[in-house]
Order: sequence, then C-alpha cells, then structure tokens
Amino acid sequence: MKRSGALLLLPLAVLLSGCDFVVLSPAGDVAAQQRDLLVVSTLLMLLIIVPVMALTVLFAWRYRQSSTTATYTPDWDHSTKLELVIWAAPLLVIICLGALTWLGTHLLDPYRRIDRIEPGQPVTQNHKPLRVEVVALDWKWLFIYPDYGIASVNELAAPVNQPIDFRITSSTVMNSFYIPALAGQIYAMPAMETKLHAVVNRPGTYIGFSANYSGAGFSGMHFAFHGLSDQAFADWVAQAKSAQGTLSRETYLELERPSENEPVRHYASVDADLFGAILNLCVEPGKMCMNEMMSIDAKGGLGLAGVRNTLPLQYDKVARRGAVFGSDPSYVASICTAEEAAAASRAARNDDDKDWPLRDLSPLRGVGLLAPGTGSRRADAETPSLGLLRFEL
Amino acid sequence: MPETLTKFIFGRLTLESLPLHEPIVVGTFIVVALGGLAVLAAITYFKLWGYLWREWFTSVDHKKIGVMYMVLGLVMLLRGFSDAIMMRLQQAIAFNGSEGYLNAHHYDQIFTAHGVIMIFFVAMPFVTGLMNFVVPLQIGARDVSFPFLNNFSFWMTVGGAILVMASLFVGEFARTGWLAYPPLSGINYSPDVGVDYYIWALQVAGVGTTLSGINLICTIIKMRAPGMTMMRMPVFTWTSLCTNVLIVASFPVLTAVLTLLALDRYVGTNFFTNDFGGNPMMYVNLIWIWGHPEVYILILPLFGVFSEVTSTFSGKRLFGYTSMVYATVVITILSYLVWLHHFFTMGSGASVNSFFGITTMIISIPTGAKMFNWLFTMYRGRIRFELPMMWTVAFMLTFVVGGMTGVLLAVPPADFVLHNSLFLIAHFHNVIIGGVLFGLFAGIAYWWPKAFGFRLDPFWGKVSFWCWVLGFWFAFMPLYILGLMGVTRRMRVFDDPSLQIWFVIAAFGAVLIACGIAAFLVQIFVSIRKRAELVDVTGDPWDGRTLEWSTSSPPPAYNFAFTPIIRDNDAWWDMKKAGYRRPLSGFKPIHMPKNTGTGVVLAVFSVALGFGLIWYMWWLAALSFVCLIATAIGHTFNYHRDFDIPAAEVAQTEEVRTALLAAQGARA
Repeated sequence: MKRSGALLLLPLAVLLSGCDFVVLSPAGDVAAQQRDLLVVSTLLMLLIIVPVMALTVLFAWRYRQSSTTATYTPDWDHSTKLELVIWAAPLLVIICLGALTWLGTHLLDPYRRIDRIEPGQPVTQNHKPLRVEVVALDWKWLFIYPDYGIASVNELAAPVNQPIDFRITSSTVMNSFYIPALAGQIYAMPAMETKLHAVVNRPGTYIGFSANYSGAGFSGMHFAFHGLSDQAFADWVAQAKSAQGTLSRETYLELERPSENEPVRHYASVDADLFGAILNLCVEPGKMCMNEMMSIDAKGGLGLAGVRNTLPLQYDKVARRGAVFGSDPSYVASICTAEEAAAASRAARNDDDKDWPLRDLSPLRGVGLLAPGTGSRRADAETPSLGLLRFEL
Repeated sequence: MPETLTKFIFGRLTLESLPLHEPIVVGTFIVVALGGLAVLAAITYFKLWGYLWREWFTSVDHKKIGVMYMVLGLVMLLRGFSDAIMMRLQQAIAFNGSEGYLNAHHYDQIFTAHGVIMIFFVAMPFVTGLMNFVVPLQIGARDVSFPFLNNFSFWMTVGGAILVMASLFVGEFARTGWLAYPPLSGINYSPDVGVDYYIWALQVAGVGTTLSGINLICTIIKMRAPGMTMMRMPVFTWTSLCTNVLIVASFPVLTAVLTLLALDRYVGTNFFTNDFGGNPMMYVNLIWIWGHPEVYILILPLFGVFSEVTSTFSGKRLFGYTSMVYATVVITILSYLVWLHHFFTMGSGASVNSFFGITTMIISIPTGAKMFNWLFTMYRGRIRFELPMMWTVAFMLTFVVGGMTGVLLAVPPADFVLHNSLFLIAHFHNVIIGGVLFGLFAGIAYWWPKAFGFRLDPFWGKVSFWCWVLGFWFAFMPLYILGLMGVTRRMRVFDDPSLQIWFVIAAFGAVLIACGIAAFLVQIFVSIRKRAELVDVTGDPWDGRTLEWSTSSPPPAYNFAFTPIIRDNDAWWDMKKAGYRRPLSGFKPIHMPKNTGTGVVLAVFSVALGFGLIWYMWWLAALSFVCLIATAIGHTFNYHRDFDIPAAEVAQTEEVRTALLAAQGARA
C-alpha cells in the first residue's frame, strides 16, 4: 500500500521538479524575505490545520453509524474546558502570526529603503541606489533611468547587489508592477506614484509583468529583467546610449498610444521632466499639471474664473472622453509657459523629500481667467507665501 | 431625417451591435434560442402558462419563491460554468505561439461575466432561495413579513440576470474584471455598452437583494413562534439573520458606488477619472467595503447548513450552540474591518496594511471555533453518511485548506508576491466551491424532501459528489502551484511552455466538474421519475431536529395549522421526545396573503429602464421609469391583498396528511 502510494506520487514529483517555483526561490533579497514569511506562516497554520483534518477523518470513521463499539451521547453539547481550547488554540496561532505580520509588514514595506543587500551584508554609503522610473503604458512598460538619461521599453536591467529605487506610475489605467524573482508587486496607477525598493542578488534574466488586468493587450504586457554584473550593466547602458531614438514629449505621446507585444527598444536620451509630466498627466503641451492644480486648489482655487480655464480636447488617447450628458471633452489649460513648468518640475525632481516648491501664481494669465486687477480675488490677493507645501501624490 | 429617427429610437443599438462576427456566440445563440423555443413551445403545448402564472410567477408563498430562486441559480450556474470551462480550455491550449480559440475581446468578457454571474446570479440566488424556503419554516411562521416584497425581490434578481444574459447576444459585456475597476471601466477606456450592462444589471438585481434582506431580517425578528427566544433559534436562522444584516448594511454601498460610476459615464462627473481630481482608489475602497462583507453574505448561511446537517446526521445536539452563535456574530462584525486586504499592493503604509492583515486573521479564530464545534458535534455521535453529511465532511476537509491560504494572503508581504496570482484564484475558489457550493449541495439534498415530498436519488447524488470533489481538487490544486510559479490571473496566452501541463490538469478538473453538474441534473431528473419510490410521507425523513420537519412535505401553503410553541433550541427534537401528537381538530381559518402580478410587472419595467439606459434609448428609459413609478404607486391602492383559508379546507388538508401517516404507520 505504502509503496503503491509512493509510486502514485512519483509522476507528481517529476512534474514538480520540472517547475520553476520562482516565488519560492527568488533571486532578490526582498522576495526571499517575503518567501520566508510565507513559509513560516504556512507552517504555523499547519499546526492547527493538520490536527483538524486528521480529527475530521478520525471522527467521521470512528463514529459512523455502523460502528458498534463507539460511544453515543446524543445530549452532550457543552464542555467549558473544550470550548476554551477551541477558542484559545486558533487565538494563540493568530497572536504569533499577528506579531510576525506586524514586523514583516513594516520591515518589508515597499516604500522603505532596503537596509541589507543580502543576509549579513548591510547597505553602506558605498551603495548608491540605482533610480528607475517605471511607467505602465497600454500595453508595454517604459523604464527611465534618470541617472543615465536613457530609457527602454519592455526591458529592465540592474546591476546585482545594488539597491534599486523604483518610482512607478501609469499612463492610463491601473496595472501592477511585478518581477517575482526580485520583489513583491505594487500597483502602477495613473496620476499617482508608488514606490518599490529592491535588490537583485543573482545574475540572470527574469520575467516581469503586469499583475493587474488592464485591457486587451494585457497578456503581452511583460518584459525581461536582467540582473547584470557591474561590467555587464555598464555595457548595457553604453548600448542603450548608442541607440538612435530620443524620448521627447512628442515621441512619448506616440509611444503612449495603445499597442500590443512591443519589441524591446532603447532611447539614448530622455526629456528630463518626462516622468514628472507623465505623473501629473500633462505631457500634452498646454495642459495643466495635476500638482499645479492641487497647489492652486490648496491655496483656495481660482474661483469661478478657473471653471472656464479649459481647452477643448483634440488629442484622443484611447477612444473618447466625456459622457453623453456632460460638457464637451476638454482639459484644464495650463496657466504658465512650458519653460516655467519645466523649471518647476526640475526643482521638484532634485528634491528627495518630495517638497514641491511653489511658484508665485500671481499675476495669472490663463485662457479663461480674468486679467490681473480686474476683480479676480486671486489677483487682488496678496502675493501668496512662497513657503513649502507638502504633497502626497 | 430617417437617420436621426433611427438614432432616436434605437440609441446606439445598430445591426453591428449584434455579435454576428463571433461564431462561438452565434452558435451559442442558436442553441439557446432553439432550447428556449422548445421550452416555450412545451409550456404552450401542455397549457402550462396559466398554471405557471397563477401558481408560481405571481405567488407570494415563500416556499415557491425559494424554489424559483434555486431554479434561477441553477440556470445561471450552467451559464457561469460554460464561461469557466471556456476559460480553462483557452488557457490549456494558448501556448507555443498559439492564440487559443478566443480573441481578447471575447476572452475578457468571459472572465468578467464568469465572476459577475457566479457571485450575483448563482451564489446569491441559491443562498437567498435557501433562506427564503427554510427560515419561515424553521421559526414556525406562515410566511415572511412582506410577502409581496419577497416576490418583487425575486423578479428584480431575475431582471438583473436577464440583462446579463442579453449582453451575450445584444452588444457585449464588460471587459474589466468582475469588479470593474476604473479608470478601465470609465467612459474613456470602456466606451462601449459592456460596463453599462454591468452597472444596470447589478443595480436592478441589487434592489431585489436589499429588499429581500430587509424582509428576512423583519421575518426573523418579528415572526418567530412563541417561546423561540433568540438563543433558541436554529443556527441556520441565526446565520441567515447575520447574512441579511450584512446585506442591508453593505448593498447600499454597492448601489452608491455603481451610481457614482454611472454618473461618471453618463453625465461627465469625475469621481473616479484620472483627470479633474477624480480618484479611482476611492472606487476600489468602496467596492470592497461592499465586496468583503459579500463573501460572508455567501458563506454564513452555508455555515448554518453545515451546523444543521452535522447535528441531524450525527443524531446529536449541536456542540457549543452559544459559541457558534457568538462566532457568527463576531464574523459579521469583523467582516467590515478587513476590506483593505484586497489591495495591500496599492501602497498604503505598513501600519494600515498590518492593521487590515491582522483583523483578517482574527476572523479565522471564530471560523476555527466553528470548525471545532462541528468536529465535536460528530464526536460521540452516530453519523449517518447520507448525501448532506458527505458534502459536509468534504467541506471540512476542503475548506480548511482554503482558510489556510486565505490567512496566508492576509500577511501583507506574502500578499505582495501572491496578489492577483493564480494562487489567489485557487484560494477563493477553494472557499467558494469548498464552502458555498458544497454547502448548497448539502442544503439541497437535505431540504429537497421537505420541498417536494420525495428524496433525491442517492446514487446519482454520489456520482455528482465524487465528480465535484475530485474535480475541484484537480482544477484548483494546479492553480495553487502555478501561483507559486508567479503566474498571474486573467492571462489569455502564455509564453512559458512548461506551464502548460498544469493548465491541462486544471482543464481536466473542470471537465470532472462538468460531469458533476451533469450528474446533479440527472439526479434531479431520475428522482422525479422515481418519486413514488423515493417518497416520504412523514415529513421528517432524516429524523430532523428543527421545526420545518414537524410539518408535511411539501408543507401546506400555511406551513403550520397551529403555531408551535417552542421550549428548546432543537424544537422538533424536543417535541418528539416529549411525545408530541398532531392536533387533529379545532382548526381555525388561516389569514394568508394573496398572489399578485405586480412584482413581475415592476421587474419588466426595470429591465426596460436598464436596457434603455444601456443603449441610450432615452424615450424607452423615460417611459419605463414613469410606468415603473406609476405601477408602484398604483399597487399601494390594491386593497385585495389577503384572504382566509377556511377552517374546513385546513381540516381537509390535515386529514389527508393524517390518512397518509396512518397508511405509512400501517405499512411499517
């Protein structure tokens, strides 16, 4: 019986050995710690689950109707001691698991900078993190390397044992940025920025993809993630530098249009403000950036004058904008020149703490706005303070 | 001019809206149309329209409405399962450069429809049907508090189902996933009718669900037989009460969030858009504030079923009744404090994530306590392995695995690597099939004799049981494994050929489940054929413990000729032990509600309203809305709402039963 059981399991074992359990044997330290937590939690729970399953089978067999030896107590329905055990046993497991969860969640918070490269090797001053800006597009991934001024589509590379800081956003709909071998996933959401900190320890090529359904081309929305030695990474950067294209706002708007199964592509140079503009939904020239809008709103808004500060929409990203009964498709027009916006964006980029400096907003010149001094309450007001306003984007 | 006129009449509905270019849909349509015509022709041929209309469609009898809910659930199960097996087939063959047989446009509708149908139009009708049928009988009532509302609720649920089914052949369904997250479901990225079908189908059905929740809460609170204190209520009634509290508290959130989405789509508001300060994260939060209680709405009544079944078939009082009740109440409350665990990966802070992770884990404590209570009910019992008990044991062995993986997913760092993966899919099918569906089959096998007066055929029941249980393990264990290999959900084609074998195994499991469903249908058919053999005249075929077993099977329209008096929480068991004798005389006229067709009419107008809104046929929307309101107001002037069953008729009904029981006694 035992032997035949083992024989039955053999094909399963063969099947399983042929698999790449990437979640259980990742190449990055963050994913490895997440795996550890997963395994420990499972073992903890098995402490309860296995006895319950065993008792179910045992009781079902022992107290079957045809059994003549089993005791039968039809009116027994309460035992304080037993009930204490029943409630206490799961409670104890959950207390342990809860403590583990609290610690693990804080230690492995994707927003937290990693403090070790691998077990026993803390992050030091020498480890300068590699910054990568990630944009989920319909249906491909754009990676911008602000430190190198390069960008790539559907290919991500990073040197091994160097911390990576991802800033993640999306151009249209929700996606989830996930490289199972590297670290857990985090959503990529339009007009919002999420962060992920990770490190890859083993060189190799791994798969990354969107783990949140995002439309027709979703299945093809994956990319190769290369963990490279320092030298190989330098070569990769050099290769990207030698590519022809430039990722300007115009080329980005072309790239952004929906397409499926895009081949790998590199850009030798990138508009330095592009990620900020994508994040704030203002790559299109003349469109007001979200952070500008929020800053204006935080200071009291533009009043009724601001309502008219819109332009009819000409550029159609996917299908259409606007609803049957709503106003015509439009967008909020920018109230400063592209140069001013670029300067503000650059200032913001250099600020690690996300303290976005405010520009003096008066006098305002906008399409639908009243001219300064003609009764607009914003224009009449004192020059707004130039203090720092914190944004959570 | 004619073009303007066509546009006015048909809105955006054109000939191109009919999916004539999709051969699979056309084929399905032909089969459905022929099948539907055959059914309609048969009903006409056998002159059943009058009977159906008088005895069923317009009935306010909670038992008949319960049965109709079950029929709706079964029909929609076939549709939902067709979607499932199509997905399994697509994923099993879309390897090595093959695109499979479904394009993205079709496949994306299928997985959305599968989720929506299985939750809203299979699980919900089944659960509501069971509660509708059983609860009034268990508390010794003659009907629910608001019998007309009950009929209306049912037809609104049917209305929602009709809209979803219509989307298959007229236009398309949403391509967004079953919760339709914006911005994808917004007008910019889903400009077609799919999401509008989704919104209005759920809004129409949601009215029914909410009203039915209110109805059952009132029934349980106000209509219990004398002596039945809260702590003497059967556990199924307790879990039904908690479920309906959850329904009433959470469905308005769904209604509100779908209304906001509809406003975004129809009038250009910006609640959930990217631009103009909209916030899609708010939608995700709101929909899960409904969505998480929803999973407990589904599972709690089945926990009740398992309690009844375990106790009955172990021939023993339920172990730890009090802790069972408190566990149910604790789960009810906690189910509101866990919604964020569906999106740990949205980037909330570590403290927020751990809070919701830990509250989720805490739910497993009362659930674990329930599991132990069933175990110790079996302990020192005398277990009869009839079908309901087999489902219960299968549930206990299957559900604990799903519970374990659920708690695992509640650990945020573990969720980061498993979120949206096939591991998650395996987990929730593990609890929904292993918990809700197994429970429904247990409940159907258990209460079928009560509803129809004969048992279900055990042979075909066992075939169905083994196909389902094995099919489930074959279909979903590979998905756990694939999840650990980092495979995400809703994929249409795959690159890595080493994954294929697992999808093939999963597809095999789905085929086994198909056999399980077929065997279940055969079981019903065979049982009806052999109803004389399987007949039960006692009304108490399982040696039951609760009040529903004290009346005849099927129960008379008035349920109980005399309202029973309750002394214990296993009321019927207690009555049997105390040597209860059926009263044979002294019958009085019984006051009962009258049937009405208003529910059907209101639902028809609601469907027309939904259809008009979906296709921008504003005249239809406006007209049906006016008719809807007018009919509702008109119904309030209907004063012929009740009648008395004369004492003589009651006496006659009871005499028939006395004679049957005597004949049975003589045979035995």
